[in-house]
This record gives sequence, structure tokens and C-alpha cells, in this order.
Amino acid sequence: MSDDLMFAVTVFVLGALVGFEVISKVPATLHTPLMSGTNAIHGVVLAGAIRLAADADGPLGYGLAFTAVAFAAANVVGGYVVTDRMLRMFHPRRPS
Amino acid sequence: MTAPAMLWAADLTAAVLFVVGLHLTNRPATARRGNRLSALGMVIAVVAAVSDIGQARAITATGTLVLVAGALLGGGAGLVAARRVAMTAMPELVSLFNAVGGGAATVLAIHEFTARGAALGPTAATTGALDVLIGAATFAGSIIAAGKLRGLVPGRPVLLPGRRVGLAGAAVTAVAAGVWLAVRPGSSTGLVVLTVAALAAGVLMVLPIGGADMPVVVSLLNAFTGTAVAMAGLVLGNLILIVAGALVGASGTVLTRLMAAAMNRSVGAIMAGGYGTAGTSTGAAV
Repeated sequence: MSDDLMFAVTVFVLGALVGFEVISKVPATLHTPLMSGTNAIHGVVLAGAIRLAADADGPLGYGLAFTAVAFAAANVVGGYVVTDRMLRMFHPRRPS
Repeated sequence: MTAPAMLWAADLTAAVLFVVGLHLTNRPATARRGNRLSALGMVIAVVAAVSDIGQARAITATGTLVLVAGALLGGGAGLVAARRVAMTAMPELVSLFNAVGGGAATVLAIHEFTARGAALGPTAATTGALDVLIGAATFAGSIIAAGKLRGLVPGRPVLLPGRRVGLAGAAVTAVAAGVWLAVRPGSSTGLVVLTVAALAAGVLMVLPIGGADMPVVVSLLNAFTGTAVAMAGLVLGNLILIVAGALVGASGTVLTRLMAAAMNRSVGAIMAGGYGTAGTSTGAAV
């Protein structure tokens, strides 16, 4: 095993452990917003799609890069905006 | 700081903001602030990626055009949809955002196979095959889930004859093609069979589940997408994808169990399907 792989697997395992612990005693009203919020976080795949646009070559590569960037950008922007709209309901006196 | 150190610091900051943001989203009083902290982390991660291709990698003019056009189109569509959607239609929109996230993770791995193929090492080939398997099934399953919530796909459990055999067949085919691809990463046949079988498995997995159970299914598929993104991170050697993907995969799994428990149901019983009616409001047609 290379050092890079060992490091990457360590990050994966510790990241998953944090994920298991970070959600606890959530009131049921927050279930859907929380799902939507984690949905927005996996939009970070955009960071990989941006690098794909730099690595891509030829029609197939550019087509795949375009698809990845467009999909990931929709996930990020839409995910955070719709989560914010859901959570606005928890502050009825301070709409914005 | 050097450019790689700046990139590392930015990705670490983003990871910390994701975790803290998610933690604050647990409580109504701090939930909105938590989501905004998480969004700040996302901005930092994206700016870091853009500055990385500005410095560490050369990007062609066509690549720049593809990047800008894709970001404007996808981001614009996401923004408009998120702003205009009615409160009641939000779960189906989240399912669509989940679908495209899983699709993006799948495409990243497909590009690794088509561009490097036989040159991929065993680790990249294995995690790449897992990425396509999970990502494509999630993409298709999330679209069906959104269709059921929207009413475009029948919300009642669709119980096709031989559905269990069909699902098992698609899943076994996908896994077999995935193993083949992990051993022979240059095989385009393996890649095509894996992608098609995983898409079919995603459709067949969600079709038999009733519309009222869809929120739990969307949450489970959300956890799947997180895992697919982590696999994409392992293929590309990208730390922020690994850490954020693992975070969502695990927290999404916990949340799915909480949501099922709140309905007095188990995740296993829901995924077995065949239960219930189209939804709480459309009611039982006796």
C-alpha cells in the first residue's frame, strides 16, 4: 500500500465516524431540512468536476466534463438555497 | 504558503465548516446559521478548486468554456428551481438534486475509465467501479423517487411480476461487471454493462416502494450519493471529496434510521417495498 492510499483511507474512516456522531437527537421537524443540508454538502463533487474540466480532452472528455460540472453545480446551488428556504420557517419573525 | 499548502488549508477549512455546520443544523435555533456555515465551506472548496486549475494545471480554452457554461447552466437551473418550488414540492426537488449529485460522481469515474483505462492502478479501478455502481443506481433511483413524489410515476407500489428476480439479476450483473472492470479497467464493455445494470437496479429498487415511504428512500439515496462522492475522491486522490462524501454517507445513514423510526418503520421493511398506498393525501383507493 502506498502512503497516499493509507492516508486517504484514514481520512475516509475518520470522516465516516464523525458523520455517525454529528447527528443526534434531531427533532422530527428538522429531518427533511437536515437531509437537504447533507444533500447540498455532497455537491462538493463540484470540486472534482472543476478539475475534470482541466483534465478533459477530446469530444467525449469535454462532454463528460460539461455534464459533471452542470450536475454538480445544480446540486450545490439548488441544495443550499432550498435548505435555506426550509430553515427560514424556523425564524418566522426574521424573514429575509 | 506554497500553492499546495494553500489548497490543503482551504480544503481543511471547508471540511471543518461542513462538520460544524451540520452539527448546528441539529437544533432549530441554530439550524439556519449551520446551513450558511456549510455553504461558506462550499464556497471555499470551490474557489480552491478553481485556483488549483489556474496554477497547478493548464486548462484549455475549450475546457474553460465547458467549465463556465456548465456552471452557469447547472447553477442557474438549480437556483431557479430552488427559489420557485412550492414548499410541498421540496422533497422531490431535493431528490432531483441528489440524482444530479450522484450523476456527477458517476461521470467523474466514467471519465477516469475512458481517459486512462488500462493505465489505472488496482485501487483506482476498484473505487472507480464502486463509484459507478453506487452513483448510477442512486441517479436512476432518485429520479424514480422524485417522479413518485411528483405523481409522474405511480406513487402506489409498482409490483411487477418477477420484480425480485429482476432486481437481483440487475444487481448481480452490475457487481459482476464491476469486479470485471476492477480487474480489467480498460474494458469498455465492462464499463457499459456496469453502468446500464446499475441504472436498472436503481429503477427496480425504488419502483416497488410506496409514495408515502419516499422521504426515507430519498434520505437513504442521499447517503448513497455521499458514499459515491467519497469513492470519486478515492479515485481522484481528492481529500475534500473523500471527507465530505464519508461525512454525508454516515450522517445520511443515521438520519435515514431516525426518519424510519419516526414513522414506526424499519429501513429494511421500507426497502422491501409493496407496502401502503400512493401517499398520505391521495389515500387508499379501495
